[in-house]
Amino acid sequence: MALDSHGKREFKQIGTRVARPDGIDKVTGRALYGADMSAPGMLVGRILRSPHAHARILRIDTSEAEAIPGVKAVVTGADFSIPDDAALADISVNVMARTKALYDGHAVAAVAATSAQAAKAALKAIKVEYEVLPHVTDVDAAMAPDAPVVQKGRSLESVPAGMGANVTHHCEFGHGDLEAGFARADKIVERSFKTAATHQGYIEPHACLATMNGDGRADLWCCTQGQYMVRTVCAGVLGIEASQLRVTASEIGGGFGGKTTVFIEPVALMLAKKSGKPVKIVMTRDEVFKATGPTVSTSIDVKIGMTKAGRITAGAATLRYSGGAFPNTTVDMGAQAAFAAYDLDAVRTVGWNILTNRPKESAYRAPGAPQAIYAVESVVDELCLALNLDPLDVRILNAARKGTKSSYGPTFDDIGLLATLEAAKAHPHYNTPLKPGQSRGVSCGFWFNFGGNTCVSLNINTDGTVGVTEGNPDIGGSRASISLMAAEELGVPYDKVRTIIADTASLGYNDVTDGSRVTFAVGLATIKAARDAIKKMCGRVAKIWGIDEDAVEWRDGAAHPAGPNAGKFPPMTLEEIAAISFETGGPIAGHYEVNADGAGVSFGVHLCDLEVDKETGQTTILRYTVFQDAGKAVHPDYVEGQMQGGAVQGIGWALNEEYIYGADGRLLNAGFLDYRIPVASDLPKIDTQILEIPNPGHPYGVRGVGETGIVPPLAAVSNAVSRAIDVRMHELPMSPPRVLKAIKAARG
Amino acid sequence: MSAITVSTTVNGDAVDFICQPDESLLDALRGRLGLTGAKEGCGTGDCGACSVTVNGRLVCSCLMLAAEAEGAEIGTVEGIAKGNALHPLQQSFLDHAGLQCGVCTPGILVAAKALLDRNPDPTDEEVRYWLAGNLCRCTGYDKIIRAVQSAAAQMRSA
Repeated sequence: MALDSHGKREFKQIGTRVARPDGIDKVTGRALYGADMSAPGMLVGRILRSPHAHARILRIDTSEAEAIPGVKAVVTGADFSIPDDAALADISVNVMARTKALYDGHAVAAVAATSAQAAKAALKAIKVEYEVLPHVTDVDAAMAPDAPVVQKGRSLESVPAGMGANVTHHCEFGHGDLEAGFARADKIVERSFKTAATHQGYIEPHACLATMNGDGRADLWCCTQGQYMVRTVCAGVLGIEASQLRVTASEIGGGFGGKTTVFIEPVALMLAKKSGKPVKIVMTRDEVFKATGPTVSTSIDVKIGMTKAGRITAGAATLRYSGGAFPNTTVDMGAQAAFAAYDLDAVRTVGWNILTNRPKESAYRAPGAPQAIYAVESVVDELCLALNLDPLDVRILNAARKGTKSSYGPTFDDIGLLATLEAAKAHPHYNTPLKPGQSRGVSCGFWFNFGGNTCVSLNINTDGTVGVTEGNPDIGGSRASISLMAAEELGVPYDKVRTIIADTASLGYNDVTDGSRVTFAVGLATIKAARDAIKKMCGRVAKIWGIDEDAVEWRDGAAHPAGPNAGKFPPMTLEEIAAISFETGGPIAGHYEVNADGAGVSFGVHLCDLEVDKETGQTTILRYTVFQDAGKAVHPDYVEGQMQGGAVQGIGWALNEEYIYGADGRLLNAGFLDYRIPVASDLPKIDTQILEIPNPGHPYGVRGVGETGIVPPLAAVSNAVSRAIDVRMHELPMSPPRVLKAIKAARG
Repeated sequence: MSAITVSTTVNGDAVDFICQPDESLLDALRGRLGLTGAKEGCGTGDCGACSVTVNGRLVCSCLMLAAEAEGAEIGTVEGIAKGNALHPLQQSFLDHAGLQCGVCTPGILVAAKALLDRNPDPTDEEVRYWLAGNLCRCTGYDKIIRAVQSAAAQMRSA
């Protein structure tokens, strides 16, 4: 699917900063999020969680809990089936433990009661008998052959014989002769890195409201990045048909990947089934930290060779990722992304996934990529310092470009890396001299971007307005972008278009809001649905004018005769065509369904100035600039917002955020006080520069922009800190104690 | 535990409600009065999503017992606009894209209004420190600070 071949399209509305349709609801408190919905007679659902990192569940006695006045239902793992599909089965076991509790916070039972007080009392009255087992929470320790075994028999065929039982996955990517490449290098640096697991940290805890009638029909309201995914998983776990479960996505209070799976929804449905009443479950923040979403924790080795002139001759990396107690293949994405920014003759990455007694990993903004690229960009920076080379010059010299065979296989089409690097080089930020005590860090970032299954309906209303129905929860302004694309294509003003997000019964399947796919794929489907409606409108007009359909063309919101030979007719506007649609064949609507590819990869470059207090180890970010290729920025405010938000999440990852486990395998910092995400006073302005190198795979050239922004900050900040204290940092986060320790160790 | 009757003023209107002795003001506002604008992001006073004013003072409503609101004047996000006329802060957040997902927005608006009521001309640093108790995970705060400063400038010239 090529970029539309009408040369450089002059957009009339794309690229303007229009008001978002959900804006007023969100500044007045009217918008309804997951926890904001109620139903008459609803019960309060609560979940009991394992206090142990690893324990066999010998027996659960719920009789006392069931006897408490107001308690209407109690469920345990015995109430849920395990689907045949391995991924669904893992979700089912994660939602409610069966034979073993696999991490601190793993759900073991749940109750529904008429009040929060009764539910709380019921949780206390459930007696669970555990046999505590040895546990392991560190990725390197878990890889050892004698480590406690988290789950037996989960290794995929890709894992060679002789590896420890916790090793579940192995992958390799790359090309060329590594040995020859390293032989050509003037300088080789080889280092090992570790990154802590971090949480997406969305401000809205998971919440849902479920009803299930005696006839099996069920309704679910929940905050999710994908209502169709919720339907598929819940139907699978509960053994009901998809058509019987209608899922409606609430407004969503942040997700960043963490709401691309389910935790509480099947539990609420089961409690509703057992009690015969609506059940609402809202997680506490403690539960969110303990039982949902962290990223993988990682341990990574990187080796890079470079000539004196700065050309990389070979790059190699071994990545060990752990996504907690269940198998995953996130390391594939890290191993593919690690060297994606570079045009290399010889490159190889090897990835391993290892089980630990930690919560099941959920996707977090460019999952797997920030850690791998942090390690690679740190070594590149060390080589630049050692060879006295400018870090942006080196990246420009080695940058992947159109025609580069990427480190993970495909050959790149039009990509924006070089333009982005050159923009950074020319920017006043890079050319402002540093003051004493200040340092500057640079890093590239990359993300693949997804397309995926998408379905859009576009209705031409009889008053000349337009309704777009799409199926992807709007996580940061996408309804505005979708409306803009519909308005642009149809040639009607933006405020004539209203975009809504359908429930699962109202529109065909849509993949979750992930992979930075929505503006790309839903946008593409909206443009195509608009073209479908235009074709129908032209057909109606052709009938009225008595000419061929091909002789009618659409321009500026109206049908026109295609040329002088088509006849002389005054144009008919969309409004005029819509007004008489009942006489010309009935209502007019456009549709488009696609499994979209051609998402177009995305690159970014970040510049970070900072200073480090050498007495306390505290880092202060002084200036920060994000450069990113958006393909075409449909709504620049929200593109900038993605770039800024990603950057700040990355800064938090670099400096503060980490899952801290005690020797007993319990999570020590399950709250926002101790798991410290960046606050307003931690940060300077985050400047942005949007580059627009059109994506050939989208009619308007759009690329996803949501994820790339979290990738570069880890190394940009680490490189700046390392330069500031003259010690190379190898571990994230660079919390004050860790930085202080590095300074003291260097002083000897 | 027996329920307690509480008489308060919410957004200028007299309101009576009953609550449990251990019920937070946030739960009473959301559950008893249907004012779901204030959100529970943490329940421990760390995120500010539940920010309201009590007798003009900015508080985390998750940390205050509902029974303590007896006789108090409570202000929530639902009371910031006058009918359909948005407060300059609300309009400014829309104009400057000061929200993405919007779940922290009610708390941030209540907090920002409390700041501008006290200090109509804050520096960027003062805004950043005042809002340090309001977590936003989407925006990186940049556009929030711009939105607050733009509203402040507009309110000063009004």
